[in-house]
Amino acid sequence: MADVALRNALPADRAAAVRWLQEYGVYAGVVVLLLFNVAFTDHFLSAANFRTQAVQVAPVLVVALGMALAIGTEGIDLSVGSVMALSTSLLSLYLGYGPWVALLTVVVGGVVIGLANGTLIAFVGVQPIVATLALMVGTRGLALVMLPQLKDVRDPTLLSLGSGDVVGVPYLVLIAAALAVVVAFVVRRTTFGRQLLAIGDSRPAAQLAGLPVRRVLITVYVCSGVLAAVAGFLSTARLSASDPTSLGQLMELSAITAVVVGGTPLTGGRVRVGGTVAGALLIQLLTATLIKHDLSPSWTQLAQAVVIILAVYAARERGKR
Amino acid sequence: MSASGVEAGRGSGVVRGERLSALAQQHGALVALLVLALVASFSFDSFATGDNIENLAMTSSFLAVVALGMTFVIVTGGIDLSVGSVFALGGVLAAWGSRYGALVALLLPLAVCGLIGCVNGLLIARTRLAPFIVTLAAMLAARGLMLNITDEGATTYLVDKETVFVHLGQGRLLGVGAPVWITGALFLAGAVALRRTRFGQNVYAVGGNEDAAALMGAPVARTKITVYTLSALLAGLAGALNAAWLASGVTILGYGMELDAIAAVVIGGTLLSGGLGFVSGSLVGVLLLKTIQNIINQIGSLDSAYQQVVSGGFLVVVIIAQTWLARRRRVA
Repeated sequence: MADVALRNALPADRAAAVRWLQEYGVYAGVVVLLLFNVAFTDHFLSAANFRTQAVQVAPVLVVALGMALAIGTEGIDLSVGSVMALSTSLLSLYLGYGPWVALLTVVVGGVVIGLANGTLIAFVGVQPIVATLALMVGTRGLALVMLPQLKDVRDPTLLSLGSGDVVGVPYLVLIAAALAVVVAFVVRRTTFGRQLLAIGDSRPAAQLAGLPVRRVLITVYVCSGVLAAVAGFLSTARLSASDPTSLGQLMELSAITAVVVGGTPLTGGRVRVGGTVAGALLIQLLTATLIKHDLSPSWTQLAQAVVIILAVYAARERGKR
Repeated sequence: MSASGVEAGRGSGVVRGERLSALAQQHGALVALLVLALVASFSFDSFATGDNIENLAMTSSFLAVVALGMTFVIVTGGIDLSVGSVFALGGVLAAWGSRYGALVALLLPLAVCGLIGCVNGLLIARTRLAPFIVTLAAMLAARGLMLNITDEGATTYLVDKETVFVHLGQGRLLGVGAPVWITGALFLAGAVALRRTRFGQNVYAVGGNEDAAALMGAPVARTKITVYTLSALLAGLAGALNAAWLASGVTILGYGMELDAIAAVVIGGTLLSGGLGFVSGSLVGVLLLKTIQNIINQIGSLDSAYQQVVSGGFLVVVIIAQTWLARRRRVA
């Protein structure tokens, strides 16, 4: 409340500048980092480097898209990393029946965990952070029960999916980009998207307006589960190995960071898909930049912490009032 | 995550049903723990032995100290995701500091971790950022700091055996390990602080309804800063005690500890929406989690993966029960 008063008191041009930064700061950050790297980093401007960065960011982005939907409803999904692990285990177990059957089981796995999350949240009334926390613990265990240790993946279709490309653009990047477009379309142009945002704005109001709140919430968590499962599938194809112990560890945090840095408020009611893409890129570039300039991973974590706080601080006026 | 009017139902008609649900919510975990321990001691010869109980108490004590701080945070309606990292950082700092004497070994982690908690509290209380995000950033920052001190985790500092600091972890009194005594004392102090002091009243008031608390003149910001500082202090202390026990600052500890602590607090009957909770429940929650782990270890054929499945499933059941009971109380 005081913030609004403060902002009104600012000179018009400065207030406009602040608003511009809030809206486009994450894109500006990506551009600044790109320019910095072009100027000061050796071998940055190479196809191989761009490819590496893009392929690394693709699975994170796919997970972050689902996370953005959950956050749009004023929820959160902590189980995504474990769903990736479950998906890699399922993939290894069913790869014998062909990659498409395996993909199907992976998607089913994501749907089941998403349904469990959604049911707890929409019907039992459990807070999203608690419900998905419980599923996070259980699902990782399930993944490890199915596949106790690392296993190589030798399926040629899957390997070509992980490393192949179309005119220089890796499949993984294409898939991630396509999913981002689909999610953006769903959020902006469909009834479901509008209902989702209305629930995030105010769940009681949405209920009073007669929106199918429970159905929408369940669908959101199923979407998040499926996207995480697909990310697990893509990661397995890229790494050509199933490792349920470490795959997806801390992925929920990376995804939340990308979404929040991208300007989607944690208070719900708004989803910025473009910002999420830029947020994921920003974190990836930041990490790459620090590593290339011989700063250790510990500095990356410190820098990431600072970026998160700054982004959320800048975004807090955008929160719903 | 709105503040709920859990206490609103007091004094209305269906008092008996309300009281029963309240009892179930408060002591359900204790009943579950007793039943589990009873069944386990009949099923496995190795469960009710002195060594096993002692091992159980010892491994529980570190998580319990972390969960104690988390209880205060959750009662205010917040959450602290940084405790796992702070725990690891506290251990490393204590081990590093032990070469300069016991006092440094104890005070250095407390000072650094307390500072981290204070920054958490300041950001949450003054700039009104979501606790979830602030402590998430603190989690990354504390882990980064810890990796920085240990050369990316490559260096393990050993605790200097010459100092008295080691006794905090390995000492014994009346056959019980020092960390267990310290944990007991801390929980006693925590229970008094939450139930019997002005500060405790403020903690409940902030968690029950922040705006109402502010209107009634409760120091909302100060209370929040205090609980996050307390949480980080206790996590740092738990890390230091753990380092003294293991005689080294292990860098890979603390991953997922925040989740265990939150789970223990929730199982113990504290509502995540704030305003309702108590420290003894958290202690029971920790013991319940650790007993399940212990039992699964006794069943030799079940590995740690099943442990996670069982913990997760158990958590789901407890959460459903807690939510249901809390809603019943609200309706009554």
